[in-house]
Amino acid sequence: MNDNFYIQDYCHIKNHQLKLNGKVIFEDDRNNNLKEFLKNSYKSQKINYSKFFKMDNLSKMTFLAAEIILKNIALQELNNNIALVFSNNAASLDTDRKFQNSISDSDNFYPSPAVFVYTLPNIGIGEISIRHQLKSENAFFVFENYNAKFHQNYENVLLRSNISDAVLGGWVNVDEENYEAFVYLVSRKGNIEHTNKNLIKLYKD
Amino acid sequence: MENLKKELKEKIIENLNLEDIEVADINDDDVLFGDGLGLDSIDALELIVMLDKDYGIKLTDPKQGKSIFQSINTMADYITENRK
Repeated sequence: MNDNFYIQDYCHIKNHQLKLNGKVIFEDDRNNNLKEFLKNSYKSQKINYSKFFKMDNLSKMTFLAAEIILKNIALQELNNNIALVFSNNAASLDTDRKFQNSISDSDNFYPSPAVFVYTLPNIGIGEISIRHQLKSENAFFVFENYNAKFHQNYENVLLRSNISDAVLGGWVNVDEENYEAFVYLVSRKGNIEHTNKNLIKLYKD
Repeated sequence: MENLKKELKEKIIENLNLEDIEVADINDDDVLFGDGLGLDSIDALELIVMLDKDYGIKLTDPKQGKSIFQSINTMADYITENRK
């Protein structure tokens, strides 16, 4: 079997733009806040999944990037065996703070279950898995910056060992109004080799 | 009672982030969970918090929720009888 792996598709979410394979597919008013931008992005892609609105901003962004990439992919060709390997810098700090604020006043102590469930960064992985019925390998790492070398190595191990038929991986970071997503699908199809150099190049695109 | 039902619908939409649903879309006897409004177990916990925070009602037995949160009608009846 071909042991070369390729970046089949990649998506950026930053600067109030959605980009697929380097092309802008949606651009929002820069005056909108992150929540509004993510909502407008969701509507622009004509996604019908009401649970999206219950997610925190990190999960919304992770979910959106996965939707943009996977909507044109025949998942059954990959046996629905797509590993999910993500990383970021702020973990779930954005939602952790919101939850902390809800429990900081002992006279007004009403912790929200709906906020609490997002106080882990890997919940976005769960949202993708539920949406696409994936029961695959998954991992979420916290790094100072996007670590292409680590990702490339980890993703290759999953593919070479035949644990996974493809890997959806990348960097998804949200901290208040600062956000950035770079997500890609690695498989045996495509033209861009899955190398450290190419991951860095595409990340900076 | 009608005001309370409208208020409940507004709170449910806001607290449970039902962005695509409006007050007029929820009938008083619509089933809230499962095939009805599609609420889930986290929403149920959120409704229990709402009863406590907004109406001073503490549910000591979460199993009660199944009958209380059946519809807007059952919620309004329970709140009217038990609010503090």
